[in-house]
Amino acid sequence: MDPIYQALVDIAGEEYVSNRPEELYIYSFDLGTAEPCRPHYVISTRTTEHIQNIVRLANKENIPVVPLGGGLSLAGLAVPLKGGILLDLKRMDSIIEVNEKARYAVLECGVSQGQLTAYLERHHPHLTHSEPGAPPSATIVGNAVIHGQGDLAQPYGFNSDLVNGLEVVLPTGEVCHFGSVAIGAGWFTNHPLPDMGLFLGWCGATGIITKVSIRLFPAKKIRGVGTFVVEDEELIPEIIYKLTHTQMAEDIIAFSRAIPPFASGLQHVTVNIAADSDKELEFKQEIIWDDTLGEYIRKGDGGYLGFVRSLERPQISKTSDYKKGGGFEYVGSIMPIDRYPECYRKGREISERHGIPYTVTGRCIGAGHNMMFAWTYAFNRADPATIEQAREALHETDDLVLELGGVIWKPGTYGQKLLLERLDPGTRELMRKVKKLLDPNGIMNPGNWEVD
Amino acid sequence: MFTLNFDVEKCLCCETQSCLTRCQYLDIDRDSAQEEILKIARGEDSFVLHNCVTCYACEEYCPMGNHPFFLIVEQQEALNLLPVPRPLIKRAVNLGVPFRGKPEIAEVNGPVLNMAAFSELVGLIQGRLFKGLTVISTDGRKMFHYFCQLMYLHYAKSSVIKERLPGIIDTINRHKPTEVICFHDECYGTYTSYCSAVGIDVPFKPVHFYDFLYRRLTELKDAIRPVNLKVAYQRPCSSRLSPDKHHFVRDIFELVGVECVEREYVDENALCCAGAIQGQRREGSRRRAAEIQRKNIEDIKKAGAQTCIFNCPACYQTLGTMLAREGIKPMHMSDLCRLAIGEKPTGRR
Amino acid sequence: MSLAAFKYADLIHRCFRCGYCKFPDNWTDVNNCPPYARFRMESYSCGGRLWLTRAWLNDQIDWTEHLAEILYSCTTCKNCVIKCPLRFNVDIVNMIVAARGEMVEAGKVPLAVKRFLENVELYGNPYGESKAKRGQWAEGTGIEQYHRQEYLYYVGCAGSYDARAQEAARALAMVMMKAGISFGILGSEETCDGNEVHQLGEMGLFEMLAGNNTSTFNDLGIQKIITFSPHAYNAMKNSYNQYGRNFQVFHYTQLLCGLAEAGKINTSKGFHARVTFHDPCFLGRWNDEYEAPRSVLNAIKGIELIEMNKNREGALCCGGGGGNFQIDLLGGSESSPARRRVREAYETGADILVVACPKCLVMLNEAVESEGMKEKLVVMDISEVMVKACAL
Repeated sequence: MDPIYQALVDIAGEEYVSNRPEELYIYSFDLGTAEPCRPHYVISTRTTEHIQNIVRLANKENIPVVPLGGGLSLAGLAVPLKGGILLDLKRMDSIIEVNEKARYAVLECGVSQGQLTAYLERHHPHLTHSEPGAPPSATIVGNAVIHGQGDLAQPYGFNSDLVNGLEVVLPTGEVCHFGSVAIGAGWFTNHPLPDMGLFLGWCGATGIITKVSIRLFPAKKIRGVGTFVVEDEELIPEIIYKLTHTQMAEDIIAFSRAIPPFASGLQHVTVNIAADSDKELEFKQEIIWDDTLGEYIRKGDGGYLGFVRSLERPQISKTSDYKKGGGFEYVGSIMPIDRYPECYRKGREISERHGIPYTVTGRCIGAGHNMMFAWTYAFNRADPATIEQAREALHETDDLVLELGGVIWKPGTYGQKLLLERLDPGTRELMRKVKKLLDPNGIMNPGNWEVD
Repeated sequence: MFTLNFDVEKCLCCETQSCLTRCQYLDIDRDSAQEEILKIARGEDSFVLHNCVTCYACEEYCPMGNHPFFLIVEQQEALNLLPVPRPLIKRAVNLGVPFRGKPEIAEVNGPVLNMAAFSELVGLIQGRLFKGLTVISTDGRKMFHYFCQLMYLHYAKSSVIKERLPGIIDTINRHKPTEVICFHDECYGTYTSYCSAVGIDVPFKPVHFYDFLYRRLTELKDAIRPVNLKVAYQRPCSSRLSPDKHHFVRDIFELVGVECVEREYVDENALCCAGAIQGQRREGSRRRAAEIQRKNIEDIKKAGAQTCIFNCPACYQTLGTMLAREGIKPMHMSDLCRLAIGEKPTGRR
Repeated sequence: MSLAAFKYADLIHRCFRCGYCKFPDNWTDVNNCPPYARFRMESYSCGGRLWLTRAWLNDQIDWTEHLAEILYSCTTCKNCVIKCPLRFNVDIVNMIVAARGEMVEAGKVPLAVKRFLENVELYGNPYGESKAKRGQWAEGTGIEQYHRQEYLYYVGCAGSYDARAQEAARALAMVMMKAGISFGILGSEETCDGNEVHQLGEMGLFEMLAGNNTSTFNDLGIQKIITFSPHAYNAMKNSYNQYGRNFQVFHYTQLLCGLAEAGKINTSKGFHARVTFHDPCFLGRWNDEYEAPRSVLNAIKGIELIEMNKNREGALCCGGGGGNFQIDLLGGSESSPARRRVREAYETGADILVVACPKCLVMLNEAVESEGMKEKLVVMDISEVMVKACAL
């Protein structure tokens, strides 16, 4: 009997540990184009103590540990590049607390987006969270860890900006807390205590987040989405600027795609609007469509497509079936909004050159401070040639992001390398020190964000 | 290629100029109306071309059968006075482009029901009313091969209609139908009124959906139990192209035992759903559409309707939820008929 | 094994493993796929199962007992079919069943599956009990053998052989006799309907069962069948057509639905209870019948019907389908779907968990015991509730 396997069984119980080929096979994959790498073991944990014991074991035996939430980064961030122990965190899915007055929820790391949405709708209908476009099985913590953004990104920012506190297991097995909870004051704020920035954006390379306190926001009675359409992509930055100035909108997204044909060569702008009454809704609609965008309508440059009085939550995505192939991956970037036109044009050109119907999306973050711009490439999982084409297009797009003055968001190993090469040497050195300090044996998700 | 059969002499002889004087969205006297329609006929600009909300009603109002609405649309296109912003036109034109392969054509040699661009609603077509009837355009991926194109009248794109329609007719005809029952009123209007107006040949016999439903209900008369609901009817804009079939609405209501409530905006005075108005270029279109919808719904409510009956899925999509919020249940006419013969209506999924 | 020869070769790669299939319709939790709820390993999720199946068919991984268990742990509840947003969703369970068929062909199935199939083949039931004993549940009840009555009352294997299910089978017979329904049973002449055999992938055996049953029913002049089990209802309604089905088939709740309305049965004694209802998969998701059982309950004076949070399309399967009632790959843990489901029922505050399927009855009854809830929650079949309400 493999002693490491036995040690893992002693930690989590036999039913939740596997070194069998079926589990090793399934957990070797990211859902995108990343090459699979098999772990040596898979373990599904239920408690923080489980995780502490696992990392202590891993340090002792010098085995990598790769934490996995929903597994929907589509950048290979939970592929065990150097084998080791794949840590499936999804059984840690308790919603610990929802504080209505201070508007936050304390969650275990395995709580999914869909679960939180349903829970709030049922028990706290006046509250909502910023839900990303990822499938509802994506975890809240996973999304914060990769600096994701949701449908409240405009006006509230990245989901990682909406964190009040964390519980973290360090690579050496200690448990730490960040935010007001660290002094036993509850989970209501992350400031003014020292930063938790050592664990967000590091993609599991510095520790494992086991609990999060996430900010919640008012859920108004009416939530819906209106759509505006322009042909000239050059108009998008100014439209977004004007819309953010109104302070009347929630999520603002601009997108264009080759399929279906009605979307091709056009820029659709979706604007989420929330209101507690018809009066409030009409007031906001008047400001947004009539006052702010009216000039485009009158000139014939932009068209109002209507307002639908409901939000699809969780959002349903069919992108993976574009090539009837069960696969897609995208390059996400954080970009200045005024680069939208070039992002669109150059992205479209890359897609067309690789024979992939183009799909581009820009989501406004904050008060127009920047946007998440994504280029999506579908592939057919049964056809390796299409996977290779998608991979080439993705790498080319990673290069494009930097060329256009943006930052690659949640990069895979290819994009990480590009960023690390460009990183300020002082910052690089600090990152190296941080990584060394927290993870002296380099067990945490090795192969990712390796500064050396 | 296909030319609109418009005769200016008819307008000159017309005593009423009802096309414009009866328009619910224009305030115009008879003499000014004649002036404007003649300007339009001559290819000149007219405020009518800018203000038309594209509700189709003047096609019905015209006592001469002279197709004033079709003329307005052609002249809007000729003078580039497009009522809708350009991106929405491009979007609409591309919407009708089929892109998921060709449909499988099986020869029927019998009557067919054509779902056209509403394949997604094929779930409504079940039960005894439709037993044994072949339905075509049931695959949402291929439905634009059956799309009658008449929607482009709202976008001043008669050219697109004329370019695509012969191919659509050919696709339908390859099924070798003895008659084509049109699920959507607008298809019926296309294959009767529009094609005849511009000289497009229609080799099959179009049948109005309500004509078919009435016929089937009569055959199943013994199974009918009065539904006993108070209903209103949302008359679609395209119904103006087939006013001779509009009587079937009341005929069906009588047969199934519903009370058609007394309304102000009914029959020739019906209000369009305003779905095509909200995005128009003209200043205030969004609010104008909302006001029309408000009036329409208030009228239905005031008349005491429990249910509002629809033919057009676009009207249903535009008004359905608003009505439901007011406690008035939206229902397709075919579902009402199914209810009358004791079946469970499909509803809207 | 060749992927190219697999019936769904052009579909099976289309699963993205997005995970929608783990949720119920209202997104409450990720425990609505019974094997995933039980094991919480991605290999047991629907997407994991499809990827592993494809890998096996494509010779990327070898067959193992564990792989077979993963494939056979699916209860074919159709939650995934309902939840998957992509167009191939209608074939998800078909793909699982077809893959099982490949394992059956190759003679590589878990032992429990092998025994199940052998028992059905030899004895006409998966219990391995003698055919002669099949009608014994009806002894002393006065139920008649079928001889041209209006309905055949088709009891099924669970109702015929399982002690707890027999109680409910008898209860239904009592209700129908009281209502004056003209019916008879086949008794020891009845044999397995084959629904689970089909779901286990043994198509040859299923064809034999369906063919023989249809011939028997046709020869006896049977025009209408009431099934006790939704499994039999499903098989006869949806899979017997190609064998010359000449009869109409109803699940018994569909029949009971009209009885009170038509005044054929007197439920005026009533039954004062707070109840909740568990939708059986083969009545609900498989056959879109959610209302008949509820109509029956709501027509009984004194019943307060409280819905579980996960109900109708979103119901959590008891774990008994796809042969698992006998094969039992999902038991043995508080995470098993049946135990989760009784906890969900208990949360409603109901005293009685009502079912309309003998497999659900037995699975959930055993789960109540495992949860130590015997004093707090009772599991009853609708037929048994009706007996109480009619004071029979």
